[in-house]
Amino acid sequence: MALSKEQIAQRIAKEVKDGYYVNLGIGIPTLVANFVRNDISVEFQSENGILGMGPFPFEGEEDPDLINAGKQTITALPGASFFDSAMSFGMIRGQHVDLTILGAMEVSQNGDIANWKIPGKMVKGMGGAMDLVASAENIIVAMMHTNREGESKLLKECSLPLTGVKCVKKIVSNLAVLEIVDGKFHLLERAPGVSVQEIIKATEGDLIVNGTIKEMEF
Amino acid sequence: MIKKTVANVREACEGIKDGMTFMLGGFGLCGIPENIISELVNRNIQNVTCISNNAGVDDFGLGLLLKKHQIKKMISSYVGENAEFERQMLSGEMEVELVPQGTLAQRCEAARSGIPAFYTPAGYGTEVAEGKETREFHGKMYVMEKAFEADFSFVKAWKGDEAGNLIFKGTARNFNPAMCGAGKITVAEVEELVPAGELDPNQIHIPGIFIQRIFQGEKYEKRIEQLTVRKRN
Repeated sequence: MALSKEQIAQRIAKEVKDGYYVNLGIGIPTLVANFVRNDISVEFQSENGILGMGPFPFEGEEDPDLINAGKQTITALPGASFFDSAMSFGMIRGQHVDLTILGAMEVSQNGDIANWKIPGKMVKGMGGAMDLVASAENIIVAMMHTNREGESKLLKECSLPLTGVKCVKKIVSNLAVLEIVDGKFHLLERAPGVSVQEIIKATEGDLIVNGTIKEMEF
Repeated sequence: MIKKTVANVREACEGIKDGMTFMLGGFGLCGIPENIISELVNRNIQNVTCISNNAGVDDFGLGLLLKKHQIKKMISSYVGENAEFERQMLSGEMEVELVPQGTLAQRCEAARSGIPAFYTPAGYGTEVAEGKETREFHGKMYVMEKAFEADFSFVKAWKGDEAGNLIFKGTARNFNPAMCGAGKITVAEVEELVPAGELDPNQIHIPGIFIQRIFQGEKYEKRIEQLTVRKRN
């Protein structure tokens, strides 16, 4: 069975280590916070200006001056701090944030990512995505392996306008965990019940399969 | 103490003209200069260029200026919450420059700090870098980006004093500090304006030197764009 969005988030949460400052993108990445082990210390950064982001407020306690990058009302945890946008991106470009998790419309086998524009259709802007992917050492992409028509989103080359070049190193899709090394996708894990054949079929880019591929654990 | 107070929003916006470039603070609807935006709508200023991370929503924030076709060009990083914006952009009625968010903030800060241009990795190898100078430092490629030039910076703070010193609250800080002093004239509207001496100098986020005019906003709606809450058990 292909993973649900929650299960993708749950698998990614295993990559979040003790002591990490983490930036979560909008969509599936936001869900990762729900699955991070509670016996480790992690701080979530939202690029609009908070470190130590907490869960949504209780009804009636929402504060219009306290939102995340998705413009949702949030809370601040003990130890949190606020800062301005220039400093926030100083943290990001200066590689002080340990892990960036974001969504993608397409990823290519050399690590290019496209997630901000469909020419003529969707022009919403890149927000902070270009700054994040250009700077982060450790990027995990959360995405669906194929589009609604069943076409692969893991490609030899991206067809959409790029967000960043040669920056993605790890992907968690609804079918598999993959790494990008030397310009090729490498299959690391498969979703429970999903065969290696199915993953090969769903991947347009070059895919290296070495030995037995184990099922993901959560 | 050099006094920066003006009586009201009308006086604060003295000198604005058609065709000018404005910087406006805020992220989404959080921390936007609501009273100044209303004044710009009321004065029906035309053909303005707005440097602002977002463009408001259809009926609030910069969306109010958009609806009246007052904006000639928007310089933003994300405009996804505004259907009228998308319509005017796709139809070519309005010019749009999309800028990576960190680059947008830094182009403001550079303008404030006397830095004409800087290098950033953001956008290298993408259409954002087209036509721009690129350069390698320590084995990595960077794009040269230029400081903004604006006639007015319009910012919103939580508290301010007569000397123009500002304190922001929560994530309403966002782009406001980087825009202070970045335009030729910076106008700050605050929720609470106090006499000099009442704010602790240790707690000031932006010193008054960057502010030319300050006033207390008449009212604040502070609309929430995406209300998300937890249920109490």
